[in-house]
Amino acid sequence: MRKQWLVLGAIAAIAVSACGGGSTGTPKPAVPTAVGDGEGALNLVAWSGYVVGGTGGEHVTGYDWVTPFEQASGCKVTVKVGLDSANMVQLMKTGEYDGVSASGDATLRLIAGGDVSPVNLDLIPNYKDVFAGLKNQSYNTVDGLSYGVPHGRGANVLMYNPAIVTTPPDSWSTVFAADSPYAGKVTAYNYAIYVADAALYLMATKPDLGIKNPYALDEKQLAAAVDLLKQQKALVSKYWGTPQEEIDGFANGDMAIGTAWQYQANTINASGGNVKVEVTKPKEGATGWSDTWMVSSKAKHPNCMYKWMDYIISPKANADVTVYFGEAPVSDAACAEAEKQSAGHCALFHANDEAYFKDVWYWNTPSVTCLDGRTDVKCTDFDAWTKAWTDVTGS
Amino acid sequence: MQLGRGTRIALRLASGAILAFIYIPIAIIVLYSFNSSRVATWPISGLTLDWYRQAFADVGIRNALSASVAAAIGATIIALVLGTLIALAVQRYRFFGRETISFLVILPIALPGIVTGIALSTAFRSIGTELGLLTIIVGHATFCIVTIYNNVIARLRRTSASFEEASADLGADTFRTFRRITMPAIRTSLVAGALLAFALSFDEIIVTNFTAGASIQTLPIWIFSNYSRPNQLPLVNVAAVLVLLLSIIPVYLATRITHGEGATRG
Amino acid sequence: MTIHDTSLGPLPAPPASPARRLAVALHRHPGVRLGGLLAAPLGWMVVAYLGSLILFFITSFWTVDSFSGNLVTQPSLENYAEIFTTEVYRTIALRTVGMAALVTVTTIALAFPIAFYMAKMASDRTRGTLVVSILLPLWSGYLVKVYAWRLILSADGVLNGVLEPFGIRGPGFGEVAVWLVETYLWLPYMIIPLYAGLERVPGSLIEASSDLGARTWPTFRRVIVPLVLPAIIAGSIFTFSLTLGDYITPTLVSNTRFMGNVIYDFLGVAGNQPLAAAYAMVPIVIMIVYLLVARRLGAFEAL
Repeated sequence: MRKQWLVLGAIAAIAVSACGGGSTGTPKPAVPTAVGDGEGALNLVAWSGYVVGGTGGEHVTGYDWVTPFEQASGCKVTVKVGLDSANMVQLMKTGEYDGVSASGDATLRLIAGGDVSPVNLDLIPNYKDVFAGLKNQSYNTVDGLSYGVPHGRGANVLMYNPAIVTTPPDSWSTVFAADSPYAGKVTAYNYAIYVADAALYLMATKPDLGIKNPYALDEKQLAAAVDLLKQQKALVSKYWGTPQEEIDGFANGDMAIGTAWQYQANTINASGGNVKVEVTKPKEGATGWSDTWMVSSKAKHPNCMYKWMDYIISPKANADVTVYFGEAPVSDAACAEAEKQSAGHCALFHANDEAYFKDVWYWNTPSVTCLDGRTDVKCTDFDAWTKAWTDVTGS
Repeated sequence: MQLGRGTRIALRLASGAILAFIYIPIAIIVLYSFNSSRVATWPISGLTLDWYRQAFADVGIRNALSASVAAAIGATIIALVLGTLIALAVQRYRFFGRETISFLVILPIALPGIVTGIALSTAFRSIGTELGLLTIIVGHATFCIVTIYNNVIARLRRTSASFEEASADLGADTFRTFRRITMPAIRTSLVAGALLAFALSFDEIIVTNFTAGASIQTLPIWIFSNYSRPNQLPLVNVAAVLVLLLSIIPVYLATRITHGEGATRG
Repeated sequence: MTIHDTSLGPLPAPPASPARRLAVALHRHPGVRLGGLLAAPLGWMVVAYLGSLILFFITSFWTVDSFSGNLVTQPSLENYAEIFTTEVYRTIALRTVGMAALVTVTTIALAFPIAFYMAKMASDRTRGTLVVSILLPLWSGYLVKVYAWRLILSADGVLNGVLEPFGIRGPGFGEVAVWLVETYLWLPYMIIPLYAGLERVPGSLIEASSDLGARTWPTFRRVIVPLVLPAIIAGSIFTFSLTLGDYITPTLVSNTRFMGNVIYDFLGVAGNQPLAAAYAMVPIVIMIVYLLVARRLGAFEAL
């Protein structure tokens, strides 16, 4: 038995020393200067609905924008659908995937952790046509280096069932105020980034808290957001973590109003059930997201990834995916293609309406260095937000 | 056996109610595999066989199913070998640390799946193994060993060692004794344990999530990923129904084999 | 004339094959036999599994650099301090243990009638069918069953639809839902050991008890329960531990968080493996204690 302890001790010692090198700083990954031939395969991590068709994409009857890519590049695509941003960060850390469609609450973590490489935008011909409002965003451009190409954008809208919510809502107070008439039918996003939505509401209702950016919260502001969220919990019938949960919730009468992605609204209205929903962007503004395709620093198929990044923002492909998912396309050319598939698509999603996105705060990664530029206080990072969210839901 | 008539009736009713409790959700699963809408609402909007048609053509389900079967078979075989070895050692020999072994064997299944999953995936990655079917099998085998071990050891307890000694006295060597004497005695307990090990591996999701990696999907993982793609939900129900139907025969056969000996466990 | 019967003449000596030689060597050295039996399984269990668990335990003393997400291997008790001083983690732990205990008690209560019926009252054929019926749902998929329950429990779902004429409403989503679903999921894991245990109770003991004048309840309490206690505890190892670590069901049918959610959140959402490891020690310690008690009460023989 003693020998076994020795063996165990030896293994542990080796393991500890092997893992000890993890904090020696993150090397800057290399940037390619040319895109060579495809390596024959491409393993992606993506949100559900982004990579549909082909050999290994999601299967949806009637939709396929991956096969043309596979035929042109020779790269066979597989996709691992991420459950949420954290799941995607975790998957990318394994080094088994070539690229990811990361939201802003994942991008900065991936960059800081050395899991993704900067992108040489000169190698992506379609990038020049992307709307200016999507370029050089703080969540995917660090120290002047760009880390990916934008996929599309959308706001976290307020979705409601007009049969129950008879007055069209224009404020988030319907889901936050203690005296909301829809108590017991409210829903919210079951994820730490939702703290920003509470902060956004506080920006409008409690301006003396001094919140300038819902992702830059110091301890006091975070505490206020937590109080608001705990108050909201009494109104919530069920949080939603995946689109399916929200779709089920509205279709089965558990939820009547709450934050949502357009995707859920489209799916509910297309499903032919009794429940129909509508969406709106309230007067306080909204949080939102714009996803970035990023290359893994350990990518085994970097050429295929570059080809994919160029392809997915090309007009036809981008129109395909944004019409299907329900988000704004990235360029005028993509908009033109989208109009052919779904008239009014670009207007519906305010694709080139920069004014609409003025009060949309894209998901970003909260960090200790305040994102609003304050240097006199330390802000709370995503770790703190996760603990705050546990506090709200677990108490 | 004496039991009041009231008690007998109460027991019959209770058993019926509990069986109904167990099968109502199953009935819902079956019903909604025919759902004509992509979203499941009550009452059901309409019936269709489309999903069954799609399931037979779907590559994803087929791959996931074969991966799950392969993983379960692999895990069961390893568990059979390792579990029997440990059980024989513990039951037929005396040595230091004997008590700890039953404890150690049950640990993987008693600890939360997330702990086992993280521990195993860290172990695999630190020795540089790529996650895939092999790591799934190894992961499953770790917590399946206990089902074989417990069944075999319970049976060995009831089987006297004197048969094995007699066999050795008559000139049979170790392997022959095992083949001719020990194996037949524990065979049905192996079948019962294997059945449970197979079921455990087949339905496992939490540990598998951590040990599967990018390239492979077992059926539970396929189901899990489909719940975040709201476009083919009834397909998941179809998969569940098909698995249920496919497993009726093996489960029935296995219980008949073990019941021949008068007990289903050990 | 020979005395011995020629049909029982000496058997020819078996061929001296390598297998035979190995067998002889093993027979002569029982220690090697034992080693051979134990080498592979112990090797795996101790080195790989236990080793990685210990490594996991070691990481609980490390921390994570809050921005880059990389490990800082400076040992510290920071994680444990945080877990024990923050109230919400205590609340969650108590809630989880309480739920696990409640689910265990409920599964015992539900398993008993049907296990007893199967073991003592059913005909052979009915018994066989019942055993198959109880085992079959184990194959229908954990997630699929939970989603079926979501449909049952939702506001316009099956349960409310059925109860509506009576004017009552179902529990909806919440901790009651977690209790219902967990009980449902783990019930077969309690029925099977209990059934096996009850089968081993000789009917004659029960008859003797009633011959001596005891009615149903005292017979149950004084004769049956002590005899099947190991089996009950064996089944409870499954129901308790499976509920203790579950994070999928609480997320799908309630708004609250259990220990599994917290571990998963620390690990997956925050990327903070050391903190996840530290918190994971709580259910690990609980289960180890539970197992030690169970072993004491003889449950390991009844699994």
